[in-house]
Amino acid sequence: MNKTFTITVDGVEHTLSADPTMPLLYALRNDLGKKGPKFGCGLAQCGACTVIHEGTAVRSCVFPVAAVTGNVRTLDGLGTADNPHPVQQAFIEEEAGQCEYCIGGWIMTATALLEKDPDRSDSEIREALAGLKCRCGTHMAILRAIKRAAGQMRS
Amino acid sequence: MTTKHLQDKDGLVSVTRRDLLKGTSALIIGVAVPPLATISSATAEASVVTRTLNPAQLDTWLAIAADGRVTGYWGKMDMGQGVDTAIAQIIAEELDIDVDIVDIIAGDSALCADQGGASGSTGVNLSGAAFRAAAAEARLVLLEKGSVELGVPLEQLTVSDGVVHRIGDRTQAISYAELVADRMFNEPISWNGRYGNSLALEGRAKPKDPQDYRVVGTSVRRKDIAGKILATTEFLHDVRVPGMLHGRMVRPDVAGARVVSVDEASVEHIPDVQVVVENDFVGVVAPSEWDAIRASKQLKVEWDDGDSGFPTTSDELFDWIRAAEPGESVVEENIGNVDAAFDGAARTIVAEFEWPFQSHARMAGAASVADVRDDAIVVWTDSQKPYDTGKGAKVLLETPINGRRKNAPDYSVRSIWKPGPGSYGRSDAGDGAMDAVLLSEAVGAPVRVQWMRNEGHAWDPKGPASVVTCRAAIDGSGNVAGYHFHIKGFSRADQNSRENAPSEVLAGHLIGHSNTPEWRMQTPAESYGFPNKRYSWDALAPLRQQASPLRTAHFRDPYGPEVHFASESFIDEMAFATETDPLEFRLGLVTDPRDAAVLEAAADLAGWEPHASARRRRDANGNYVGHGIAYATRNGSVNALVAEVEVDPNTGRLWVRRMFVGADHGLIINPFTLDRVIEGNLIQATSRTLFEEVKFNRKMVEISDWVSYPILEAADAPLEIKIRKINRPELDPRGAGEPTTRVVPAAIANAFFDATGVRVRRAPFTRERVKAALQSA
Repeated sequence: MNKTFTITVDGVEHTLSADPTMPLLYALRNDLGKKGPKFGCGLAQCGACTVIHEGTAVRSCVFPVAAVTGNVRTLDGLGTADNPHPVQQAFIEEEAGQCEYCIGGWIMTATALLEKDPDRSDSEIREALAGLKCRCGTHMAILRAIKRAAGQMRS
Repeated sequence: MTTKHLQDKDGLVSVTRRDLLKGTSALIIGVAVPPLATISSATAEASVVTRTLNPAQLDTWLAIAADGRVTGYWGKMDMGQGVDTAIAQIIAEELDIDVDIVDIIAGDSALCADQGGASGSTGVNLSGAAFRAAAAEARLVLLEKGSVELGVPLEQLTVSDGVVHRIGDRTQAISYAELVADRMFNEPISWNGRYGNSLALEGRAKPKDPQDYRVVGTSVRRKDIAGKILATTEFLHDVRVPGMLHGRMVRPDVAGARVVSVDEASVEHIPDVQVVVENDFVGVVAPSEWDAIRASKQLKVEWDDGDSGFPTTSDELFDWIRAAEPGESVVEENIGNVDAAFDGAARTIVAEFEWPFQSHARMAGAASVADVRDDAIVVWTDSQKPYDTGKGAKVLLETPINGRRKNAPDYSVRSIWKPGPGSYGRSDAGDGAMDAVLLSEAVGAPVRVQWMRNEGHAWDPKGPASVVTCRAAIDGSGNVAGYHFHIKGFSRADQNSRENAPSEVLAGHLIGHSNTPEWRMQTPAESYGFPNKRYSWDALAPLRQQASPLRTAHFRDPYGPEVHFASESFIDEMAFATETDPLEFRLGLVTDPRDAAVLEAAADLAGWEPHASARRRRDANGNYVGHGIAYATRNGSVNALVAEVEVDPNTGRLWVRRMFVGADHGLIINPFTLDRVIEGNLIQATSRTLFEEVKFNRKMVEISDWVSYPILEAADAPLEIKIRKINRPELDPRGAGEPTTRVVPAAIANAFFDATGVRVRRAPFTRERVKAALQSA
């Protein structure tokens, strides 16, 4: 049975009607028209759908819309062409990613990590990225980009 | 050609070619620009447009808008490797314009002539050559027009930044935009009459000498990247068409299971669900995506046990292959007298190498939007072969079967490529498109299909499994007198590389069309000058013919990693058998100086230390450390790789810590992007080498997600990849999308041997296998 929900996404309140068990991802993509979070697995195994909920990176493909309690940040709302988030800027400068389908997951995970503390070692970064998939194999550029962003955010 | 108007209940929206050219006031082109059709919120391309596509007309390839922006209409597409940017560089180079004003429209069958789609790493070398000719011709045409307008002889004119002017004098000048505004080129260009990869153009103009290049060879940044990182780019997955419904497929748990009955009442409680069943093709369609997902899970389908899957299992596979009757046997290469070399050998060495089935396992399973109404098909796809997607949809819907489609209309068809998750060969993309086509045909509305994770793993086409046997005859002086490489495995083309017929797609099989596999295999590509050498193959028929989760199709560098895992491992075995350093052994055998150059480059980067046996070195943590080398050619590209590995004997973890590449891809168009393309090849191939295997039992494949089919993650990415690129301006650019894939498995295996003294001959080199190999040594 559908229920009405009011959720805040990228700082904007939205009211929508949905099955409470429906994962947030479908609300973001179909009701709100977000492009950043992608469907990859629906199993929280790849990270393509990652958003930041109350400061924590979560997998929106398994996060029920009914569980949203605070602001949801998506890749769409992270930055703009004129004012990209430092992590986005670093990914652009490094040309991290190839097809870029997965890239939102890496960017949102790295953003949540570095906004808490940008002073991160290589092994801390790799550990935080566990579970994220990139089929194009662009891990080297992604790691370079995250380290570049961390440097920016420290300064 | 008639124009189809796909009117929908939301009414027509008028979109013209002008709109399609991103709001610029495009000039061009004596082509019909009809009003349109279905239009998604952000998808201007959704309009049905006819554009006379004649490869013999310059206007087919290039257009110049009144604001000076130049559009290239490219019949291929970029799968994330910056090839569209490379094409823009080539156009900018020949036209003498800034690359930033070049836009590329790709892979829309109504707007771009068929150059074969993304195929065989040919984007830069073949389609780039066509655009080089077209752009050079356009420049000449514009100079000629400028000569008339300015009243200055042609030979006294030049071009700077899109402005034709007298050499050394800008007072007499006219821009490209002024020269062509509101007119088209209306100029012929010669073509070779062949659509697809080999489409070639030749104009009167002579393209630039590479030594004059100023855009080609520079690190222009990928044009697509910012939009994707800022989430403003519309992917295939964002396409929304008015009236669009969501479709999901329903698959059996057993390969080959057939539908006995479908209980539509089981999903009646879900709003507005439609169930589509034709033969063994079962899908659901609903206005809400979540409802479609729920319906696909809840629909009660009774399946029979079919003919129960497969005659073997992944555990028994390689013995099964050894014993199987080949469907086709071919000797590809036979130099000298191999049999005599073995007859006279002082000793022989023999080794076998095994490679499993592998899944494309794209980041997301197949997706597509199809709109089949009246007598028109529009299909949005991320397939590498969108032209064939369209053709395949038409054939699928016009071929009578199951008492249906006897009076099918003569469909017009348009296929529109949109970016999707990286596709590396004949992935599931084409299968998903045909699912959408059949569902849309059935419900009479546009349908968006998204395969769920289990489908993307279990039901995508697979890379083939094989067993390679290598034999070497070593004579009394310790030299390799004869070498025989023989691969026996599944043909790499149970499905062809393009979804252009019902026999070539899963949906076609499910509604009853028969599979038509081809025999295609591969043998090593190198320049080794063995005096007696035989390369041969045996191809096996599919394990099941119809709708098989193990049907094979091209997967990045088809048979490249499988073949060269064996051949380049065995080169090391021959080197050590003759007490020779593996680098020295290769350098002594290669006959092409380019091959020697990449070997030396990789070895130099790695600080290669000659050794004629495994060194079994350990680091301070007790882990084994070793280096291994491999090299191979591919369609004119040459690469060598040195891998540095670390092996933890306790956990069995094999970590590829560093990789050093010597790379020669002919003329380099974009060094920055080329580095990233090579990195992607190396990492993806490392993942395939260390982690990836399709397990299956007699009923079904046992992979359905990233747990049952793990791939490399960040923790296992190397510390460092160093690449030395050798630019060859005297050569054409050669493909880079695949060639560095094939050198990876053997470089790792050879490094593992150097580290541990143990040879791994079965991929993937999982922790369990590594531990077992070390324990048995």
